[in-house]
Amino acid sequence: MTKLSNKNFVLEVEGLTVSFDGFKAVNDLSFYVEEEEIRVIIGPNGAGKTTVLDLICGKTKSTSGSIKFRGRDLTKMTEHAIVHAGVGRKFQNPSIYEDLTVFENLEISYPSGRSVFGALVFKRSVEVIAAIEEVAETIFLKDCLGKNAGLLSHGQKQWLEIGMLLIQNPELLMLDEPVAGMSVAERKQTAELLNRIIKERAVIVIEHDMQFVEDIAHRVTVMHQGKTLSEGSMERVKNDPKVIEVYLGG
Amino acid sequence: MQGIREFMPKQDLIYFLLLAVIVFIVLPLSTDIFRLNLLGKYLTYAFVAIGLVLCWGYGGILSLGQGVFFGLGGYCMAMFLKLEASDPETTKIQSTPGIPDFMDWNQITELPWFWEPFYSLTFTLIAILVVPTIFAYLIGVAMFKRRVGGVYFAIITQAIASILTILIIGQQGYTGGVNGITDLRTFLGWDIRTDSAKYILYFVNAGLLLGCLLVAQFIRKSKFGRLLLAMREREDRVRFSGYDVSNFKIFIFCVAAIFSAIGGAMFTLQVGFMSPSFVGIVPSIEMVIFCAIGGRLSIYGAVYGTLVVNWTKTSFSESFPELWLFAMGALFIGVVMAFPNGLAGIYKSRVEPWVVKVFTQLKGYYLEKTVATVTKPGETR
Repeated sequence: MTKLSNKNFVLEVEGLTVSFDGFKAVNDLSFYVEEEEIRVIIGPNGAGKTTVLDLICGKTKSTSGSIKFRGRDLTKMTEHAIVHAGVGRKFQNPSIYEDLTVFENLEISYPSGRSVFGALVFKRSVEVIAAIEEVAETIFLKDCLGKNAGLLSHGQKQWLEIGMLLIQNPELLMLDEPVAGMSVAERKQTAELLNRIIKERAVIVIEHDMQFVEDIAHRVTVMHQGKTLSEGSMERVKNDPKVIEVYLGG
Repeated sequence: MQGIREFMPKQDLIYFLLLAVIVFIVLPLSTDIFRLNLLGKYLTYAFVAIGLVLCWGYGGILSLGQGVFFGLGGYCMAMFLKLEASDPETTKIQSTPGIPDFMDWNQITELPWFWEPFYSLTFTLIAILVVPTIFAYLIGVAMFKRRVGGVYFAIITQAIASILTILIIGQQGYTGGVNGITDLRTFLGWDIRTDSAKYILYFVNAGLLLGCLLVAQFIRKSKFGRLLLAMREREDRVRFSGYDVSNFKIFIFCVAAIFSAIGGAMFTLQVGFMSPSFVGIVPSIEMVIFCAIGGRLSIYGAVYGTLVVNWTKTSFSESFPELWLFAMGALFIGVVMAFPNGLAGIYKSRVEPWVVKVFTQLKGYYLEKTVATVTKPGETR
């Protein structure tokens, strides 16, 4: 896919390559995410999906290529600067602070007092508490604010991490398998939750659940061996013979 | 009011006041000056243990080199006291009068340049705080910015402790070598070896300790404290929530270093000397043990842990000196295996429920009595 110059892209990934001791986990990958677009990345295991998110959020440094977020090159920025620029990322396994309460988990993610001295003098102001309660409401955890996060169910932990991103109000939200390991009921609730929170921002989702993908995706990128195998609407991708061969199965 | 309650909840206030009563009233009243001076010495280690609670217990940064900062603080103070003890009058039998005796023994004829500023008390007091901070900052930047952590960090701090010991011992002419800086007598002309001075120094030390506890309490109860816990658990999540994790680690490591240095300086004042045996690997690890036994998540527990272990050490090694190290090793392993939160953890899970029960009963009894007396006249019950 070529870049259309009249389009306003949130994220432009061009020629992205990362090589681990000669193995190219991501190989000359390019894709563009538009404003308010929901992009789903699918592909077989080891295709490099998670690595792409790692590269965007700065966890892994690229070997070559560029990642432009609203015109700023993320490959040269530190992780926390990337977050400040407006990129939020959810990890594959629920990544929350189990020893802290749900409230404290959300409070830490609240985007203020992020410097050493800022954190020392940080006050639980009315706005902070209101913001936390609002997010807790959205992620179905309003009644668990005082509970230790370690005591939550797996699905609730996933929601909490989504809430932790939400409170940062990122312009680009990246979710790595948000419904993995969830019960059917939780899955449905999560889909509903995601549908609500992905408005007004660009979202990149990695997911295996095809029904879920069909429900939310605007556009789908299929990755295989670090490269784009196919890209386009779900309809188009589903009927692409290459995709059927390597991923969806005959 | 809201802010104060947030900073010092009722429970913590009780712990704090209880410790203050013990340190300020119970201990001085129940022991003679010799033992009290000994307790004062132990309490100087408690500064290190409190720092370790923040750094290791909260932040997950295990430093096995806190003796370095204890030593730096102690040596800064010792240099000041030594210069005062080496005036030309008292050292006139030396071939170069007016310099510390150990320099004279090592054929040094001129006071080294880095000793000069320690004639000034102001400089010394600043140096006690600043030198360890700068050193901790440099170590922190070198390690944490490169994401060195966990066991590697512990080993490196241990190596630094070892290097500093070797350096001090090797540079005998400048540092007093293996004997350290000894024969310290006066502080601005005030004889620190008398019983009354020891009393005063004990209370100064206890006051400073409580001050450090308040600082630690403030950090613990701020968002910084919660961030430390979060970092210990999920460093990546904190990083990807927009925090520069290394800065937080550097800061808390520096705070722990400052606490240790204050302890070291007070050690020198109370004990009257400073030597490399408080800098190296063994004392550094001992300090971690004090903290672990007291409870690595409790700043108050760490103080009790330090006192208990040292008290046991003194009584035990008086009778079985060669067995003490084994006993302490066994104690450490036992505590970590059975009670990972140390004395504070045992108190929290075993003793506190009982204390609370007794108090509620007492309160209930008292309330009943007052209600009974109030409602008695004219009431038909």
